[in-house]
Amino acid sequence: MTTDVSIVLTDAEQGSSLWHDAWIRLSKNKMAVGGGAILLTFIVVALLTPWIAPYSYEAQNLDLGASPPSAAHWLGTDIFGRDVLTQIMYGGRVSLAVGFIATGVALIIGVTWGAVAGYVGGRVDAIMMRLVDILYALPFMIFIVLLMVVFGRNVLLLFLAIGAVEWLTMARIMRSQVQSLRQQEFVEAAVSLGLSPITIIRRHVVPNALGPIIVYTTLTIPSVMLLEAFLSFLGLGIQPPQTSWGLLISYGAETMEEYPWLLIFPGLALTITLFSLNFLGDGLRDALDVRGSKD
Amino acid sequence: MLRFMLIRILQAIPVIFVVITATFFLVRSAPGGPFDQEKVVIPEVKKALEAQYKLDLPLHEQYFAYLGDLAQGDLGPSFKYPGRSVNEILFSGLPVTAELGFYALLIALCIGVTAGVFASLRPNTAQDYIPMSLAMIGICMPSFLLGPLLVLVFGIYLDWLPITGWGDIPGDKILPSITLGSAYAAYIARLSRAGMLEILSQDYIRTARAKGLPEWQVVTRHALRGGLIPVIAFLGPAFAGLLAGSFVVETIFQIPGLGRFYVQAAFNRDYTMILGTTVFLSTLIVFFNLVSDITAAWLNPRLRAQFKGGS
Repeated sequence: MTTDVSIVLTDAEQGSSLWHDAWIRLSKNKMAVGGGAILLTFIVVALLTPWIAPYSYEAQNLDLGASPPSAAHWLGTDIFGRDVLTQIMYGGRVSLAVGFIATGVALIIGVTWGAVAGYVGGRVDAIMMRLVDILYALPFMIFIVLLMVVFGRNVLLLFLAIGAVEWLTMARIMRSQVQSLRQQEFVEAAVSLGLSPITIIRRHVVPNALGPIIVYTTLTIPSVMLLEAFLSFLGLGIQPPQTSWGLLISYGAETMEEYPWLLIFPGLALTITLFSLNFLGDGLRDALDVRGSKD
Repeated sequence: MLRFMLIRILQAIPVIFVVITATFFLVRSAPGGPFDQEKVVIPEVKKALEAQYKLDLPLHEQYFAYLGDLAQGDLGPSFKYPGRSVNEILFSGLPVTAELGFYALLIALCIGVTAGVFASLRPNTAQDYIPMSLAMIGICMPSFLLGPLLVLVFGIYLDWLPITGWGDIPGDKILPSITLGSAYAAYIARLSRAGMLEILSQDYIRTARAKGLPEWQVVTRHALRGGLIPVIAFLGPAFAGLLAGSFVVETIFQIPGLGRFYVQAAFNRDYTMILGTTVFLSTLIVFFNLVSDITAAWLNPRLRAQFKGGS
């Protein structure tokens, strides 16, 4: 009896060895690990900001005004005497939230759409993917600007609009994964066992298509964050009193001649985050041996 | 090939139609009419204005009237600048943006292809790592950060180059073009490196080497054509990105181009201007996607065969 249990355990270990191997490959990639570590730090800081920020978000010091980095204000202060580090921490909460939530929206829509199209196939597939083709050709950047103008500039809409743009590639990747998985024996076995299509997709297809999805998700987050920063820079994204890195960069650019630190530090925060995400994404692609997901 | 082109052109038509329809109804559903201002407009004047802009008609009639005008290439009058048509404003900005985009793309292609091909010839050496690290920086450094930084360094601290305008002072086109082009140089460098690496490992390259061609001829005469297909295919999406990038770059450098007009129209809620610009830019983007797709297919015999085969 005991031997049986140990055999089962070994089997389970072998079953997960793909992920285990990938993990080992990833941990050997210094750039990816570094990126992951920086990203994790930024996320933890963003989550804890209300408790660990050196100053309160609203705190102003009009007597001080704009001052360069000092012991009291590590990254300096802006023209209202607000602490730049605090601003960047609160801005990071918004920027990261947009990045993760909008990507999450894209992930849910794209994976569902692609899985259904790929699994059902035939005419349904043709119609669903033709729709994706048409949407692909739409100039979405302009459409998002339009949406922000027409419906006012609120954060929720920003999440939805960006998510609605980014799901298309996800759907294509998922569909091609599902198509190749559908012909495999274990899926045929599941079909012959009489499982419902939804259960088969959820339990057998999606877990096996995770690799490319994870890689693409990691690479979507930076492009979403860029999009948010782009809109905020133009004044069409996040609105005061809220702030984001894009908005801070936009303010910084206005006064950079006199107070360059107001531009440089938010810019660094954004660039470092994008760097980390891209390196992590590239590392994951190599580790999971995903090809052709980068388009 | 002809069939492939025909299919792609037929696919582009519904896209443009969807753009026009969606934009029209989005803009019309925006809260607040264009003449609901703080100052009270006399009802008769408002009525006359609405009649002039056909706002008194039912929505579907407005839509068909708009389609009719569009078919004749008329984008209608501007709400914000009475007496000027959207066409006039667009065509005053178009040459500027086209020139800016052209320079940016030229910079992106020259630097990107050179760096990418250079890196691909000695993979995993310093000759590969240095340009590819620079490319990564280019991708992670958005134009709205790079632009102000370039202005700060080259315009203010070093005082080498002018920081605003377009064509007013010699040299004022340099910084905007670099700002807009750098991210695309980075993408193109990565794409051409990947494309070249794949081609350089093919049998026909080995054949070319075996028959004793010098390496530079192998690269220029045999590898480049196939290796740069991904770059050509990227030019369509890049064009869309360049237009969107021109929103930012023209705002930073105060250039009177299409992008700046669009952003201003967005702030002014100049609905006909937004509608007209969206339709115009979208059509341009769809058109360039089409051209880049067809060119890529024409260069790639495998893709051509795929379309002859079916679907």
